[in-house]
Amino acid sequence: MNITWSELTPIIPELIILATACIVLILGLFSKSENGGLLVLTSITGVVFAAIATAKSHMGTYELVPQVLFNGNFIRDYMGDILKIAVYFVMLFVFIYSKQYLRNKSNFKGEFFALMLFGLLGIMIMISGYNYITLYLGLELLALSSYALVAYDRDNKLSNEAAMKYFVLGAIASGMLLYGMSMVYGAVGSLQVDQIAMNVTNLQDNMLMVFGLVFVMVGVAFKLGAAPFHMWVPDVYHGAPTATTLFISSAPKIAAFAFAIRILAQSLEGLFDNWQHIIAVMAMLSIVIGNLFALQQTSIKRLFAYSTISHIGFMLLGFLGGSEGYAASMFYIITYALMSVAGFGMIIVLSCKGFEADNISDFKGLNQRNGWFAFMMLLIIASMAGFPPLVGFFSKLYVLKAVVDQGYYILAGIAVVFAVIGSFYYLKIIKTMYFDDSESDQEITAGFDVKSILSINSLLQLGLLLFIPSIISYCIKAIESL
Amino acid sequence: MNTWSLLSLLIWLPIIAAFVILALGPQREGLVKMFAMLTSIVTLLLSIPLWQYFDSSSAGMQFVENIAWIPSLNINYHLGVDGIAMPLVVLTTFISVLTVLSAWRVIKKNVHQFMAAFLMLEAMMIGVFCAQDAMLFYVFFEAMLIPMFLIIGIWGGPNRVYATLKFFIYTFFGSVFMLIALIYLYMKGGTWNIAEMALLPLTMKEQFWIFWAFFLAFAVKIPMFPVHTWLPDAHVEAPTAGSVVLAAIMLKIGGYGFLRFSLPITPDASSEMASIVIGLSLIAIVYIGLIAMVQKDMKKLIAYSSISHMGFVTLGIFIAFALVLKNGDTNMALEGAMVQMVSHGFISAALFLCVGVLYDRMHTRMIRDYGGVINTMPLFGAFFVFFAMSNAGLPGTSGFVGEFMVILSSFQANFWFAFLAALTLIFGAAYSLWMVKRVIFGEVKNEAVSQLTDISKRETFILAVLAVAVLFLGVYPEPLIDVMRVSVEHLIEQISVSKV
Repeated sequence: MNITWSELTPIIPELIILATACIVLILGLFSKSENGGLLVLTSITGVVFAAIATAKSHMGTYELVPQVLFNGNFIRDYMGDILKIAVYFVMLFVFIYSKQYLRNKSNFKGEFFALMLFGLLGIMIMISGYNYITLYLGLELLALSSYALVAYDRDNKLSNEAAMKYFVLGAIASGMLLYGMSMVYGAVGSLQVDQIAMNVTNLQDNMLMVFGLVFVMVGVAFKLGAAPFHMWVPDVYHGAPTATTLFISSAPKIAAFAFAIRILAQSLEGLFDNWQHIIAVMAMLSIVIGNLFALQQTSIKRLFAYSTISHIGFMLLGFLGGSEGYAASMFYIITYALMSVAGFGMIIVLSCKGFEADNISDFKGLNQRNGWFAFMMLLIIASMAGFPPLVGFFSKLYVLKAVVDQGYYILAGIAVVFAVIGSFYYLKIIKTMYFDDSESDQEITAGFDVKSILSINSLLQLGLLLFIPSIISYCIKAIESL
Repeated sequence: MNTWSLLSLLIWLPIIAAFVILALGPQREGLVKMFAMLTSIVTLLLSIPLWQYFDSSSAGMQFVENIAWIPSLNINYHLGVDGIAMPLVVLTTFISVLTVLSAWRVIKKNVHQFMAAFLMLEAMMIGVFCAQDAMLFYVFFEAMLIPMFLIIGIWGGPNRVYATLKFFIYTFFGSVFMLIALIYLYMKGGTWNIAEMALLPLTMKEQFWIFWAFFLAFAVKIPMFPVHTWLPDAHVEAPTAGSVVLAAIMLKIGGYGFLRFSLPITPDASSEMASIVIGLSLIAIVYIGLIAMVQKDMKKLIAYSSISHMGFVTLGIFIAFALVLKNGDTNMALEGAMVQMVSHGFISAALFLCVGVLYDRMHTRMIRDYGGVINTMPLFGAFFVFFAMSNAGLPGTSGFVGEFMVILSSFQANFWFAFLAALTLIFGAAYSLWMVKRVIFGEVKNEAVSQLTDISKRETFILAVLAVAVLFLGVYPEPLIDVMRVSVEHLIEQISVSKV
């Protein structure tokens, strides 16, 4: 058990985020609650430095070789870095939209950003954990920050209810996860990802292992919000302050993807025959339930919640497609996080003091009030629905192709049919924005910075088209380097 | 082959212009209109070299651009036109100029958005005709829906939301099956290239399913009986410019899809199913023609007449299979279908514009509200009568050429097909002329009609240009047929060789 200083170099990004979180926590004590500009600036600077530190290893001809650190507890590899960079991107958007939201609510506290930064640290540990316990610690760090963030709006009943639900269910899921992990340990005698992978193929009797697998998967599914473990998603999305929803619907999904990859693909690939059915059922249920329930929603936050469930279903579908499928899932989740953050960002930008645009009817006649943002929302919605030529179409296509390649024709067929059904509720939002008359003539009060960032975020749905090939090749390379 | 990316220019110029227009914002209405006009004119001018430098002695793709777009999915940015696609591209750019002009004074709300949506639509339609990569085709095919959805939904009539949703759902539903068929073909052959897809050997069973998947997508688009019901609604509610584009170009995409996908990729299944499609086409020609006769709403009447006329296109395309078996003049059937598409593009555009002219003045489309328009609008009356005549297939107008070619070739296949198809000459004349009689001729019926003013210079110009096009194509269709001859022959070679 000797940790050398040289082992600290690869984890500089994590250290930067940790330091930033502490600084923001302290700064929050001294800054006046009205003006949190300094806190946001510090957080953004921290994330930017972390991004530079992560990206630096990829400059020039230097190829990152997977480095396993701290006695096999932590790994720095290509996939982790790509996912982290995606997370930094998403977090930058999250910080800027959150600032706007908290200003609207006049509820600016340093803890909010500190919690988010701790959550981000948790995400990074989940991405890079190489031991079940490390993964679990990252998950809990993220989960605890999220519980607190959901309950951030202390005087709001819905927010408290959501936090309670999230906490209780999350604790049960964590329990399941730990229980499963202990069984895995009992079966193979190790919790390190590569050692499990090695031992799992040599098992005589994998009964215990399969039990462990099932419990672990329940935990993973809960964190992802995949059906049938999705019950908390709509309530939490709806009840939590929008800035929190924004956060939990985007970056943690990327972390949950990495978590699933480490557990299912990297350590338990030997049990593919056992988990493929579970994944197939969960993916189908998520796609079906997510799309069907979304049809009836009147709250846009709940609608997005159900749409998230269906998107997660699509992502899980990719896990059936072999290594190409993993790459497809990775591409899917990255693009999805960018869409989702833009969707909630739009809700925040359209809200103003004392008014939250969280019902679909609040989008009525948006085109008359502000044509530009209606167009931006159109891009986001169309991308979520998977209309070509937006990026959402290509991510769906890629997953479908990977799955069909492996011969899952029926699953792909069901997924397509429900994607079509799903397109109708997205269409409903477009209809509300463009064809209905507006009920209020509320001006959009958001600042120029937020508006332009949101525009960039939305235009990415189109702009990414040019970068699809390179992003996909990063994803493929990331999966290959596992 | 010249390498200056003409097709890309045609596609991207309107898209870029649309974004510029959106950025110009709602205040600068005049500038926006000028800019949109300029863009559409430049696009039209750019499409002239397409015709000029087109080598009509080659059946291959011309003006080809092929670069890898998404290598991991094997999707290429592959453009090219042959004799079948090229006339439709030119038709698109031509009609677009006229529609921008027609919307000049009519659209008052959110002009910049209208023009932007419209230019987007133009770009997507050109893209559909140029795409040689199946996935690129699909992207354009679908992307087209959103601007049209908005054009009908924002600037349409009172029942616009219902109409536009119906339009969207029908078309989207149809095209999803095409996507599945395309993915299957890709799995099979490992390429999205349409020409290479046509070379894939497919069993009869595979062809059967793929044929119906394509059929759903294109039959909805064209539209064929019994999936035509979205069209009258969409036409009635759409603003004039929307109706014009819908009738003149979007419907042609269905016919083009049959020629580009169904025929070469699934020749045996198409041959097998030809009798069903011919049957549906004849129903469209006769039954929908009868329905058109009883319409009270002018736009609805023209919409139904469009469906009936598009029946000739599908009839011409699928009668070709019967002719292949009988060694008949297959060329004429397919060429007839193509000529009918182009000609219908002109005539239906003109008729919708005429109704638009009346609607702008009277704000009603009901036939009973009119009567004696010729007394107050003599010039307009002349145009209206002329276009109604050409819609009825008067010899000397373009409406005659295509229908006559299709009827002649169906005669070679089966007398009764020809008989039923020829009924349209009676029905078409009946509904067109009866409408003219009630709207244009007779006594001035009411106060409103007596106060009508004749068409402005702008409107005269639009209608005159279309009238010249209709006459030219009617008297001398040779240039158009020349251009497509070799490509059609190539297509016939493809469909006469069995794949099984």
